[in-house]
Amino acid sequence: MIAHSIFFYTFSIIAIVSAIMVTASKNTVHSVFFLILDFISISCLFIMIGAEFLGMIMLIVYVGAVAVLFLFVVMMLNVAQQKNQWFSSEESSKHIPVGLIISTLIFVELIIVIGGWKYKPDLFDINNSIEINNVSNTHSLGQVLYTDYIHIFQISGMILLVAMIGAIVLTFRKRVGVKTQSYIKQISRERSDGVSVLKVESNKGVKIDD
Amino acid sequence: MEYLGIFFDQVYRILFLLVPVLVSVAMVVWLDRRVWAFVQKRQGPNVVGPFGLLQTIADALKYIFKEIIIPSSSNKVIFILAPIVTMTLALIAWAVIPFSATQVLADINVGILYLFAVSSLGVYGIIMGGWASNSKYPFLGAIRSAAQMVSYEVSIGVIIINVLLCVGSLNLNDIVIAQKNLWFVIPLFPMFVIFFISALAETNRPPFDLPEAEAELVAGYQTEYSGMMYAMFWLGEYANILLMCAMGAILFLGGWLSPLEIYPFTLVPGPLWLVLKILLLFLLFALVKAIVPRYRYDQLMKLGWKVFLPLSLIWVVLTASYLFYFNLLPVN
Repeated sequence: MIAHSIFFYTFSIIAIVSAIMVTASKNTVHSVFFLILDFISISCLFIMIGAEFLGMIMLIVYVGAVAVLFLFVVMMLNVAQQKNQWFSSEESSKHIPVGLIISTLIFVELIIVIGGWKYKPDLFDINNSIEINNVSNTHSLGQVLYTDYIHIFQISGMILLVAMIGAIVLTFRKRVGVKTQSYIKQISRERSDGVSVLKVESNKGVKIDD
Repeated sequence: MEYLGIFFDQVYRILFLLVPVLVSVAMVVWLDRRVWAFVQKRQGPNVVGPFGLLQTIADALKYIFKEIIIPSSSNKVIFILAPIVTMTLALIAWAVIPFSATQVLADINVGILYLFAVSSLGVYGIIMGGWASNSKYPFLGAIRSAAQMVSYEVSIGVIIINVLLCVGSLNLNDIVIAQKNLWFVIPLFPMFVIFFISALAETNRPPFDLPEAEAELVAGYQTEYSGMMYAMFWLGEYANILLMCAMGAILFLGGWLSPLEIYPFTLVPGPLWLVLKILLLFLLFALVKAIVPRYRYDQLMKLGWKVFLPLSLIWVVLTASYLFYFNLLPVN
């Protein structure tokens, strides 16, 4: 039990410190790396409470895919060089009241949500019964997700799909005059398409490119 | 005192796994170069030690004694972290590889997800190295590799779902045992081919070695690295290749199971079968490197998103419907 709590406090401290560092670090790329560290330590916490499936999915989805895109965008935009203009004295002081209002709003919302939190009374019984049946975490998640909550699950999938299509439609533009290589065309090119043998009469020459 | 005992026991078990892995990485680099040379009718490394077996050790020694140069305009912390991340991620994944029914370091419930997660984190070493070098070629290499690895991960994930549908468990030992009668390479052969090609792309091996394409990008993300840090990138890369081979062996070739449960085959212990299968897959990796020209970048993306992803998705639907129709879905 001692080892358990040592690990718990280590991971929580890393999570909190790196969450603070995300906002506090001056270099934007560093903040993304701290965000990644935060994700990793939180997935470690998930694994520690026995939710190994959630922990792994967190690693795969957030660290393996989402944060890579974050990093990608931040590196491409080169925000690190522009930050000095953004945060220079007079510009930044205008944003402080707006930022304060938004953060208080979020804080109040969090308090309301957590204050009104209620555990379903039979939650603990389900927990116990799972341990008795020796059903793995993944198994029990799947049993609930694809039976009781199938509609919510499918709808959330549809929403993600719509968002994806929307993003593609918004950024897609047909550019004119762009030369693209099609490998099917390249491979299916025959000798007869490119080479032709002509009999050349003397003093007449051959006309090419007509 | 009790904890200390557990600690030393674990350290002993981890070293017992990692030291052979590192030694075999060295041997496998030699094998790679020999196969490459063999295909091109050259000799390959054959001077240091018997058959040139100690060539990699000699190279490693050379790297250790070289100076580590850190570019003055680089981001030093991330620059140094990058090879460490690559190496660590390549090694921690071996924790869940089952060498026999009992010889696993961590026999966890979600073994295959762990493998997938760790291999998808591998991209960070490359991005960090490429960005922190603060130089154009490494950065281009890093961007290429990020796009490439993220796109091929998707198809690998879908292929894993195919296998999981047939097994009904995320535990790697369960996956191996489910292939007792029939290795998955037979019913899921197209998926095996796609997995192999995606593994090539995931580990930045030729013909998908665009992140380090030496003709265009000098050495890609490794350009600014020297000495031991370069060697760590290199070791991590090969450990990752071995890991992908092990993953292929476990998912499709029956892991530590012997091909037939009859007399001469049963004499060979399970771990040896796994090693043989990993070596077989690695030989394929080495051969592909020698005989296939490099892909163009747009071809690479087209292959990943427009061929492999739809194909593997269709195969998921097919597998699921087949299993459901014939009532073969695994229940446990």
